[in-house]
Amino acid sequence: MVQALAKEMDWIARILRGERDLFHELIRPYERTVFLTAVSVLRDSTEAEDAAQEAMIKAYRALGSFRGDAKFSTWLTAITLNEARSRLRKSARVRVESLDDTGQEEDFTPFLVADWREIPSETLEREELAQQIQNAIEGLPPSYREVFLLRDKEEMSIDEIAQALDVTANLVKVRLFRARMMLQKQLAPYLRHELPQRRRWLSWLGGRA
Amino acid sequence: MKLDCKHVWPYISDYIDDTVTPEERRAIEQHLETCEICSAILDSVHNILVLTADDRIFRLPLGYSERLHERIGAELAKAAPDGGSG
Repeated sequence: MVQALAKEMDWIARILRGERDLFHELIRPYERTVFLTAVSVLRDSTEAEDAAQEAMIKAYRALGSFRGDAKFSTWLTAITLNEARSRLRKSARVRVESLDDTGQEEDFTPFLVADWREIPSETLEREELAQQIQNAIEGLPPSYREVFLLRDKEEMSIDEIAQALDVTANLVKVRLFRARMMLQKQLAPYLRHELPQRRRWLSWLGGRA
Repeated sequence: MKLDCKHVWPYISDYIDDTVTPEERRAIEQHLETCEICSAILDSVHNILVLTADDRIFRLPLGYSERLHERIGAELAKAAPDGGSG
């Protein structure tokens, strides 16, 4: 981790001294992260791609201001969030609104299941299943969706997310808990039809068809 | 510390991230050992997280990387970053 930052700092210094093409290499590991961050705000993948491109260009122009206080990826994520949010505000297509203050009215109890066997990832080869999951994520309130995607898809740490969003770690955890519970509640009833079949002798005992 | 089901649920997320205290962890695991429903709920949340993390959810648009580097290339040819030399 420290080594990666040292290498990135070295590249950034060289880019600033004139080896501009190194910028391609600098951002290569983060192409996906930047796209997903933009998707987390904008949902639409065409708009997210535009925002991702613009964010990368802004990062290039502002490269001289990166001091290495945060990880480069966190800095890049913060720039992408700003870019995507300003596009969202301009389009006014979606109301930007945080549910954090009104969350007490919501119900974050899970969908009750009596037993659960692992659904393997290969099941996602079925387009409609993958789409269902994607729709559920897209349907989350914006502030929950951002945190959820940064944590559970991009695997950023709670502290990195707090830094990128400029909120407290505790608020990140609250939003994450709510996002995960909302997804479980929405997806578990649907996904349980995909559960691997119970072994036959068990279904005789359980009397379940 | 002894927990019942609805007191365990708020901890599921932190439990998965391992951000609970050792005492909370003990109480949660004690409950999970005897409660099939909460165990199944935890398994379902965990399973959903594994599925959502898969690359097949939110695929990158075809040609995304090429278009990105093309755009960057055009910008690099145009100007140095602010504060850069050359």
